[in-house]
Amino acid sequence: MTTYEQERVGFFTDTSVCIGCKACEVACKEWNLIPQDGTTWTGESYDNTSELNANTWRHVAFVEQERNGDGLRWLMESDVCKHCTHAACLDVCPTGALFRTEFGTVVVQQDICNGCGYCVPACPFGVLGKREEPKDGRVWKCTLCYDRLKGGHEPACAKACPTNSIQFGPLDELRVRADARLAKLERDGVEGARLYGRDPDDGVGGFGAFFLLLDEPEVYGLPPDPVVSTRHLPQMYRSLAAAAAGIVVGIAAAFVGGRS
Amino acid sequence: MGSNMAENHPVGFQWVMEARERGAEVIHIDPRFTRTSAMATKWVGIRAGSDIAFLGGIVNYILQNDLWFEEYVRHYTNAPVIIEDTFADTEELDGLFSGWDPEECTYDTTTWKYEGMELHGAAGNREEGFGPTGHQAGHGGAGGGLRHGEPPSEDPELSHPRCVFQILKRHYQRYTPELVAETCGCSVDDFVFVCEALVRNSGRERTSAFCYAVGWTQHTVGVQYIRTAAIIQQLLGNIGRPGGGILALRGHASIQGSTDIPTLFDILPGYLSMPHTKTYGDFDRFMEANISPTGWWGHFKAYWVSLMKAYFGEHANEDNDWLFRTFPRIDDDNSTYWTLEQMLEGTVKGYIVAGENPAVGNANGKAHRLALAKLDWLVVRDLVEIETASFWYDSPEIESGELSTTSIPTEVFFLPAASHVEKDGSFTNTQRLLQWHWQAVEPREDCRSELWFYFHRGRRIKEKLAGSKDERDALIEALQWSYPTHSPIQEPDAEAVLAEINGSVLESGAFLSSYKELKDDGSTACGCWIYCGVYADGVNNAARKKPRWEQNATAPEWAWAWPANRRIIYNRASADPDGRPWSERKKYVWWNGRRWTGDDVPDFDETKAPDYVPRRGARAEEAIAGSHPFIMQPDGRAWLYVPQGLEDAPLPAHYEPHESPFDNILYAQRASPRRQRHAGAAWDPYNPVADEPGSDLYPHVLTTYRLTEHHTAGGMTRSVPYLNELQPELFCEVSPELAREARLEHGGWATIYTSRSAIEARVLVTRRVKPLVVGGRTTHQIGVPYHWGTRLLSTGDSANDLMHAALDPNVHIMETKAVTCGIRPGRRPQGKALVDFVAEIRDQAQSQQAQEPRTEPGEVRRT
Repeated sequence: MTTYEQERVGFFTDTSVCIGCKACEVACKEWNLIPQDGTTWTGESYDNTSELNANTWRHVAFVEQERNGDGLRWLMESDVCKHCTHAACLDVCPTGALFRTEFGTVVVQQDICNGCGYCVPACPFGVLGKREEPKDGRVWKCTLCYDRLKGGHEPACAKACPTNSIQFGPLDELRVRADARLAKLERDGVEGARLYGRDPDDGVGGFGAFFLLLDEPEVYGLPPDPVVSTRHLPQMYRSLAAAAAGIVVGIAAAFVGGRS
Repeated sequence: MGSNMAENHPVGFQWVMEARERGAEVIHIDPRFTRTSAMATKWVGIRAGSDIAFLGGIVNYILQNDLWFEEYVRHYTNAPVIIEDTFADTEELDGLFSGWDPEECTYDTTTWKYEGMELHGAAGNREEGFGPTGHQAGHGGAGGGLRHGEPPSEDPELSHPRCVFQILKRHYQRYTPELVAETCGCSVDDFVFVCEALVRNSGRERTSAFCYAVGWTQHTVGVQYIRTAAIIQQLLGNIGRPGGGILALRGHASIQGSTDIPTLFDILPGYLSMPHTKTYGDFDRFMEANISPTGWWGHFKAYWVSLMKAYFGEHANEDNDWLFRTFPRIDDDNSTYWTLEQMLEGTVKGYIVAGENPAVGNANGKAHRLALAKLDWLVVRDLVEIETASFWYDSPEIESGELSTTSIPTEVFFLPAASHVEKDGSFTNTQRLLQWHWQAVEPREDCRSELWFYFHRGRRIKEKLAGSKDERDALIEALQWSYPTHSPIQEPDAEAVLAEINGSVLESGAFLSSYKELKDDGSTACGCWIYCGVYADGVNNAARKKPRWEQNATAPEWAWAWPANRRIIYNRASADPDGRPWSERKKYVWWNGRRWTGDDVPDFDETKAPDYVPRRGARAEEAIAGSHPFIMQPDGRAWLYVPQGLEDAPLPAHYEPHESPFDNILYAQRASPRRQRHAGAAWDPYNPVADEPGSDLYPHVLTTYRLTEHHTAGGMTRSVPYLNELQPELFCEVSPELAREARLEHGGWATIYTSRSAIEARVLVTRRVKPLVVGGRTTHQIGVPYHWGTRLLSTGDSANDLMHAALDPNVHIMETKAVTCGIRPGRRPQGKALVDFVAEIRDQAQSQQAQEPRTEPGEVRRT
């Protein structure tokens, strides 16, 4: 169990009260001085942001559904870096630019990142990206407003959210709150509601920023069963070592055999 | 209903979400499935422009099934009042009311009066009868009263055939669930669901609220939309009680403030009427017409005189009638579209535009741009150079050749404005709360606040006219215009203005704490009577920010609400006629045996007992009985039926929009006969409608709207990179069925056209827009946001170019929420070809229409 200097904090994003206003996207960009990310109209419902990347650290997904007998449903979900308990991006970073903060969050130190990009494919959610426009080359992502946390403030997106869809706080508290919320929705007969990334035993050890979804994760473009991509590394190294040993033995055997 | 609250008022919508989480039913009735619908517990899709049919159906449902709140209706509304036998209803006259004058195309509203009585409304047009151009319709208003202090003739049993209750019943008897479904294109089940939910959530124990916005107001019958909701809320007892009411969600921050301290042509601060040239030559006549003998408007003179003392100080006195003779007058309806017409005709030569972008935001944008090109001078104050300021070199008309930069005579001045974070001031919101804000940063370069602009402009004008002998300048000379300034740019002190608005006793200089202290003898000054008390004891009460968890549920120490810091007006209605709370659950203000008390400031004489009966000859509020909560009204009751004050109807009737593909299922009269239109004016051509030949060229219903990501005509948001990436381009929303029928491709382009113009938009095919079956016919609706124009970070065609300027006759608002249009795949023609394209279809439509034009009442009038 990792311990932190401070209580581990994070987000609980409750999509059941998200009104899709995108105030989180704007507040995030304003606070973190993130460049504009293109003005392409996508035709994907009201989503013109499309994905998380170096220049988008909060992304509101819009999913239009027509369900038999139940009419229309328009799902909205504000996505963000999950700040995984077992963060592959952090594992693969060769420079130590990515680090685990005293708040338990995962942050890129921009003055150390050399833009190697190893972390980009390591992330099971596609959160990380290299900033190409404006020309930069380094990797940027959600810091959970590390600077604001240092100053005792909640992250900008949570502060701006008008309906408390984005809740910030100590992770343990958020999990309790999320469990209660899910129980209420279930009591109210909301079908399909589930917590995503709440479970510390999942493939990434639980998220530091987890979600309440109203449908399958895939519906929102999220992987159903994310696994830290470095999970198999020790095993791979063991296999590699065994293989290497086998080769050594084989070669040795060849020599031995040759003599015989 | 008529509101997309989640998208356009997301911050206020947090409380709707909270209510929903606590179990409140949230119903959204709208032509489109929006982000609000997504959050609601129920969405009902209806045809744009059919709301009165829907709401009238609810009225009928309540009456037919005896579901009305009997005690509330009997005592607090005008249900028992008997109406003159000259009155005839739309049921008798097939869509017209009595008093129709086919020559003038107006109503003689004296046929609508209470039996044996003259009275003036607390709102709307209180100076009726000055001919069609002399109207002063609009917000609020003074005047009125039961002329001789007599009570109206009433039938407490509500059974007299001419009592309001029976008239109401007959008026709506054909608004059955089946008829509603047929007119609105919804299902009978959905309609009944709404009725049942409303009734279930009303009564002694529960209340329901209506929220509306410009989806209701922007119609030729916009006022009547809101009136219909008022009838429902009266029948269900939902006014003056916590959780009830009809909430007008405003289009901008502080639009409520800009009607209280008005930017409107026909009222002065506090809804005092603006004098008119044709009617009131002298002060006494003006007072006579405005002082209501009974009801709170009996104090009109105190408010007027105090305002004049705030304006003119010692120069205004009793001997000179408080300078009434030289006070400015209005001489026509003088509203926005009237001004537009005068600009086109060349009689209005100068125009100051502040905080508005008519080239994009007003109906028939092209007419506005052509009108701007006829001015001698134009001043635009805005945060950035908006389309209204740049029309002379980059408007679509430059591209089409209809205008050329070198031949436009208009001298254009662009003056950069400071934003709200660059100045002190207050916002007044929907709830009438004045909330103070402080300057965060100094304005950059030449950017200046409104306050700075108007103060220094006034100061310079006064300097220029100093010593003038010209009589017309006397009033400006008399104007009190002295405010302390600070900072290097000499910014006026906003609090000093608030203090002046609050008012003071002139002799002592003491700040007033209530409008009840205002005098008609010139001893008090007050800039806006309803705001009196906001600066009581020299304290800026609007700046109070005490959190809700440190005070009671009404949070009286958060900011300040007009009037008198009262959070719910007419709150005497939260108690029964005897002064007892209707229920423990909805307890709010009650009579404790000696006085009115409760969680809010009582909206009633604090010591007037529930059994108080006015003596003969009692005046003002003393003429209002202890059991009548609606103290602004001359009879102290809420009006189910409006005997005076409205131009178009004493009871709302369903009329089709000015442009609609359908006949009126209810009446022979198709659209409101009283709507203002510009028939025959080349700048405002109309599509053929209903079954007129040529109407099939414009077969679909078009409605405009806003997105969360942008603000109105875009001046504040199309300049912000982060917002433009969120909604970078104009699009139209169409159903898959229409897309198939019109061969529209998702993500491709469509051209939408009316008789006015054509625009191109990206196509968003979505199930959130549904074809509706109306009158047995499938109709398609098209939704288009109106934020774009030719400039700034994201550009696009302006949806308002498609709109006509037919107006509501009471408030002169255009009908941009329901017109007809055609749609074709692909981009529109460019330049001159665009003009030709629009003209070709229009000419074809008009020549077909000419063979068989409609001639019903109201179709021939010019304005």
